[in-house]
Amino acid sequence: MKNKGWKEIPIGGLIVKAGNAEEYKTGDWRTFKPVRDESKCSQCLLCWVYCPDSSIKVKDGKMVGFDYDHCKGCGICAKICPKKCIKMEK
Amino acid sequence: MENKYKIIPLTGDQAAAEAMRQINPDIVAAYPITPQTEIVMTFAQFVADGIVDTEMIQVESEHSAMSTTLGACAAGVRAMTATSSQGLALMWEVLYIASGYRLPIVMPVVNRALSGPINIHCDHSDTMGARDSGWLHIYCENAQEVYEMTIAAIKIAEHPEILLPVMVCQDGFITSHATEGVKIFDDADIKKLIGEYKPKYPLLDIKNPVSYGPLDLQDYYFEHKRQQSEAVKIAKEKIPGILSEFNKFFGKDYGYIETYRLEDAEIAIIAMSSTCGTARSVIDELHKNNIKAGMLKIRFFRPFPAEEIVNACRNLRAIAVLDRAESFSNQGGPLFAEVRAALYNNVSIPVVNYIYGLGGRDIYTEDIKSIFSEVKEIASTGKVKNLVNYQGVRE
Repeated sequence: MKNKGWKEIPIGGLIVKAGNAEEYKTGDWRTFKPVRDESKCSQCLLCWVYCPDSSIKVKDGKMVGFDYDHCKGCGICAKICPKKCIKMEK
Repeated sequence: MENKYKIIPLTGDQAAAEAMRQINPDIVAAYPITPQTEIVMTFAQFVADGIVDTEMIQVESEHSAMSTTLGACAAGVRAMTATSSQGLALMWEVLYIASGYRLPIVMPVVNRALSGPINIHCDHSDTMGARDSGWLHIYCENAQEVYEMTIAAIKIAEHPEILLPVMVCQDGFITSHATEGVKIFDDADIKKLIGEYKPKYPLLDIKNPVSYGPLDLQDYYFEHKRQQSEAVKIAKEKIPGILSEFNKFFGKDYGYIETYRLEDAEIAIIAMSSTCGTARSVIDELHKNNIKAGMLKIRFFRPFPAEEIVNACRNLRAIAVLDRAESFSNQGGPLFAEVRAALYNNVSIPVVNYIYGLGGRDIYTEDIKSIFSEVKEIASTGKVKNLVNYQGVRE
């Protein structure tokens, strides 16, 4: 996404539209990235519950992967996983 | 037809409070500090007597006063506060947030020296320190000007293309505690004149949600600061038009600057606030002795009236800039630095600086006469002995 010029943005750093945080990609803040071993995953979805950035992708009630555009690599999912099937990799 | 008014004996502080009474802000959050105390005290009495609709929030510090005022302003109401000296210093970080969020707060400031050593009397070191905070600055000569400029400042701050906070400054004790006859116009007329506040992005408008204060990093912070620079430029263009409406009502000729016998002057002083009153009488006296002396009073320090200063000074032979603040640059006070920068590359006139009146040291007519006689010598010799001078200090 190309950043806008000063004439195109709202004044004062205000966000004048709701629900647009998704447009701001925070994935490049990440140092370590979560990687899941699908064969060990019990689909308990605790990672989805705990992820502070809504970056656990779920489809039809099942964890299907990570949203790397927004995952900041905090490692909470790896820590909370009861099966230890999420590893934080460089 | 002249508008209805009453002449009431008021101090500068009471004149600011009278303006606030007529503005009738929704919120006032303030903390008392000498010599601003009388503004808050007088206004608190208006609230207690039920003659304003304002909700008054008594806070525990000026940091909270400014934080509460900006919160209320962001919520979408007219919000005011007032301060002096250490109080302004304690507001410091919040001043930048108010201007950065583009909140049109109007704040009377009663100029007082900053500690230390501790001092409660007038100089401009408090507001000059807030020079780069993104606020607009108006400096008033007397109580009448305080009253009228506080009211006009509301329309300047709230102009939809400006949206910047404004401080309206008066000299501590000299103006704030001296009683003058002040023309107070009709409440209903003032109400009509300033109109209703229509906030652009009220936080409490739940149908149009807005977030104030999100993190602003390398990618956008610079753009927001660029917008602020532009807002001050737009303010520079719009203020004369806004003032003309008030000038028509008040019967005044308020602009960025004011000149006194400058048209045919050869030498001049440039000053702000109450000192300008003293200078007028000195200039009249000098004219009796055929000395062509004049004065340029600067009313708006932000936006800085560079072009107006250059045009007004063009035909002078020497100028003294009077600063009631020291910037410790060894190159003179803040007003001197900016005036000289404005003149540079435009006119070639010797300009010198006099730092005076720090910590409330009186400036007498004799001081101003002495400054004029030195400026006269510079005009005739073309030689500047001392670029920066300290008027009224003991050696």
